[in-house]
Amino acid sequence: MGIYLPIAEMSVNIFVLLAMGAAVGFLSGLFGVGGGFLITPLLIFYNIPPAIAVATGANQVVASSFSGALAHFKRGTLDIKLGTVLLAGGIVGSTLGIYVFSLLRQMGQLDLFVSLLYVILLGTVGGMMFVESVNAIRNARRGVNPSLKRPGQHNWIHRLPLKMRFRASKLFVSIIPVLVLGAAIGFLASIMGVGGGFIMVPAMIYLLKVPTNVVIGTSLFQIVVVSAYTTIVHATTNQTVDIILAMALMVGGVAGAQYGAKAGQKLRGEQLRALLASLVLAVALRLAYDLFVRPPNLYSLSALGAL
Amino acid sequence: MRVRGPTLPAVTVLSLLLAVACARAQGPVPRADPEPPANAESIQIGLSTDRISITSDFSGADLTIFGALDNADPLINRQGRYDVIVVLEGPARPVMVRRKQRILGVWMNTQSEVFVNVPVSYSVATTRVPQDITDPINYRQLALGADNIYIEPLDKDLDTATIKEFETALRQLKKTTGLYSERIGGVQFLTQSLFRATLTLAPNVPVGTHKARAFLFRNGIFIKENSAQLVIVKAGFEQSVFRFAHEYSLFYGIFASVLAVFTGWLGRIIFRRD
Repeated sequence: MGIYLPIAEMSVNIFVLLAMGAAVGFLSGLFGVGGGFLITPLLIFYNIPPAIAVATGANQVVASSFSGALAHFKRGTLDIKLGTVLLAGGIVGSTLGIYVFSLLRQMGQLDLFVSLLYVILLGTVGGMMFVESVNAIRNARRGVNPSLKRPGQHNWIHRLPLKMRFRASKLFVSIIPVLVLGAAIGFLASIMGVGGGFIMVPAMIYLLKVPTNVVIGTSLFQIVVVSAYTTIVHATTNQTVDIILAMALMVGGVAGAQYGAKAGQKLRGEQLRALLASLVLAVALRLAYDLFVRPPNLYSLSALGAL
Repeated sequence: MRVRGPTLPAVTVLSLLLAVACARAQGPVPRADPEPPANAESIQIGLSTDRISITSDFSGADLTIFGALDNADPLINRQGRYDVIVVLEGPARPVMVRRKQRILGVWMNTQSEVFVNVPVSYSVATTRVPQDITDPINYRQLALGADNIYIEPLDKDLDTATIKEFETALRQLKKTTGLYSERIGGVQFLTQSLFRATLTLAPNVPVGTHKARAFLFRNGIFIKENSAQLVIVKAGFEQSVFRFAHEYSLFYGIFASVLAVFTGWLGRIIFRRD
């Protein structure tokens, strides 16, 4: 059944969109990730213009992360104060990102830049995760107890000025790295249409030393607000948010996430991570393929507004 | 008039063939016959509606335009030496053509050229193969046909070879996307003076004012041209969404975010896990 996307101005199959949303929702429930980094490339593979895929991806992330954030809020595993500082940085980063996004779009380099960012980030994160999880699986087979290396209690980040106390996280840390981290994630959110959880969570654990139990809730809280802000700004500056497309993805995603979460309980942690890493690497390779292989048509057209 | 793409195979724009009464004001004729005979032939086309609304599920259709020849010479007519070309030209918009080049192994857009007045769509119907109707020179002078419409580059200082290259790529891309189409045999004479032209409307036909033009040739010589205007509008829910997104973009963005939050909340209610 065809459905017309008013902003993308094209007809697509509604079942493909629902399936796409459900599949990504399933994976996001399975691995506990937002899924934005899968939705946007999938939409691009489905010939949705990258500008619309990115902005609509941000909109979809709002729905999937709000569900999760709500659960953490009820359980109290959410540091509102830390989240607020993060999102203050996030708003700045996102605004900057939107500006760069519009600029790249005018220059005709947006598609390239989005693909490059995806290839680099997904390639790096996926590669590191893969190596780590394969080692963990090997160690488990050999019967070696995973050595819980506790990283040093303090690093250079904890020597920066402007310290602030975050009670829920039992943390006394400078707000500079928190703001910078928030801004970096906000920037990625607006250019890549991702929530950024896959970078935010490790950064909070290893750089800021936030206790693991509040990390996911706090990062989700920040992602909800920054993605909502990104959606609104994309809608006003670029008019690239396709609400019909977003709805189809959200409906599929919300349903898929529940089954994914159930399936996730049956798999072991390192196996899950190895699976996720392979998936992330596969997406990165697929995007890289388009970058490096000669395109079938070297020319492209883009309509211009009034000159 | 509403056109539902898949359900209705043909958009029939009926003409009111009041042969003399509908003599309309004609646009400037690019090139008149050097020696117009005493009783010069003329061509008329008429549209029963000047407005077509297409719904969002529109997946392309055929547009039929009826027309008639006035003062046709019966002898020439019997010999089948009158030819008609009907064109539906979409609104002109500026277009940027970009070319990819390999830099450090990566294919990226490097060169670009802007053309200022490119018709978004251009569909042609002819009585015969264009080469058999008249010479390429005539087509060029009339700027008739997808390869002959005049496309003006914004930056005229570029060398002609580059402009030519981008121009060719532009026409080629328009043809592959179906926006520029040609239907040989799309114009058929129903009687000696009445003809029917069937043009292709692409699924992504642009909204705006389209110009239907009919060209009459006798023995390969251009005689007369006539034109009519047709407005294509999009209707339906999706179009309202599009307008809302562009005119009230801030509210649209807020609405999209609120809707997403609501969906996320609803999803948690329906599939409660804890």
